[in-house]
Amino acid sequence: MRGDHHDHDHGSHFSDTELRVKALESLLVDKGLVDPAALDALVDTYETKVGPRNGARVVAKAWTDPAYKEWLLRDATAAIASLGYTGRQGEDMVVLENTPQVHNMVVCTLCSCYPWPVLGLPPVWYKSAPYRSRAVIDPRGVLAELGVALGPDVEVRVWDSTAEVRYLVLPERPAGTEGWSEDALAAIVTRDAMIGVAQVPAPGEGSAR
Amino acid sequence: MKERAAPSELPGIPRDADGPVFRAPWEAQAFGLALALHDRGCFTWREWTEALAAEIKAAAARGTPDDGTRYYEFWLAALEKLATAKGLTDAVELLQRKDAWDAAARATPHGKPIELPGRRGP
Repeated sequence: MRGDHHDHDHGSHFSDTELRVKALESLLVDKGLVDPAALDALVDTYETKVGPRNGARVVAKAWTDPAYKEWLLRDATAAIASLGYTGRQGEDMVVLENTPQVHNMVVCTLCSCYPWPVLGLPPVWYKSAPYRSRAVIDPRGVLAELGVALGPDVEVRVWDSTAEVRYLVLPERPAGTEGWSEDALAAIVTRDAMIGVAQVPAPGEGSAR
Repeated sequence: MKERAAPSELPGIPRDADGPVFRAPWEAQAFGLALALHDRGCFTWREWTEALAAEIKAAAARGTPDDGTRYYEFWLAALEKLATAKGLTDAVELLQRKDAWDAAARATPHGKPIELPGRRGP
């Protein structure tokens, strides 16, 4: 952090930001508004237990089970919850299906709303100003930069997340995966594909760049 | 950001090419505090996202670079403001407590746990 090179010889040191967090946290704990054990548990959950693998399970199931897919597109919140992925920022989920005709991508222009129960916490680039603004202004340009080449006949739809509604993209199942198990399929689904800024490459197709 | 998710990675750990979800312990603490206060009903999630969006917008207006790496700085500033607006704390109290932690840290030799005099717990 900044300006923290003095006093190291004699005592310990917190950066200004660390001091602000310590101050706020200790005051809230002292007032009984925050339970330190619950706080630790919350952080641990998001650091280690929630992540894009949850979303990959949802996608793989939808690819292999037409009834589940139909349910997922009709009532994503319930269909996702049926796999055990529930919780904050996933209360009202909408799943968007990518097809040869339509490519969906997700952004949060105002802050960084993101479907935590299925994707974990957002990556740094999702929170960055360039992505937040450019995804809306020039989605094709952003996609092209990210290596997603779409034909001119493919419609691009950009979805702006809100505090209430969170989106998950159901990518196209790549050719060459016929007969694959759900586990094998889940392993090839990437986080970026579920945000709609990547496609799931066909097996053997030079994976990613 | 174009890496493929490697199936060999430990499942469920939300990392990406940019590194771990939280780059420093304070980011995780600030994150958890907002969730804990929301759980307790101190504010709605809509109020929280509005506070955070306002902070991000204000930072952009000041010309603060916003490449995503300062996200939790905005988060912390939004949390301080919302907690103050909701009467959970106030600016004077925050400043006094911050100074107390600073003094405690400086008086504590390296490697020893830092504690506030007369206060128990974290």
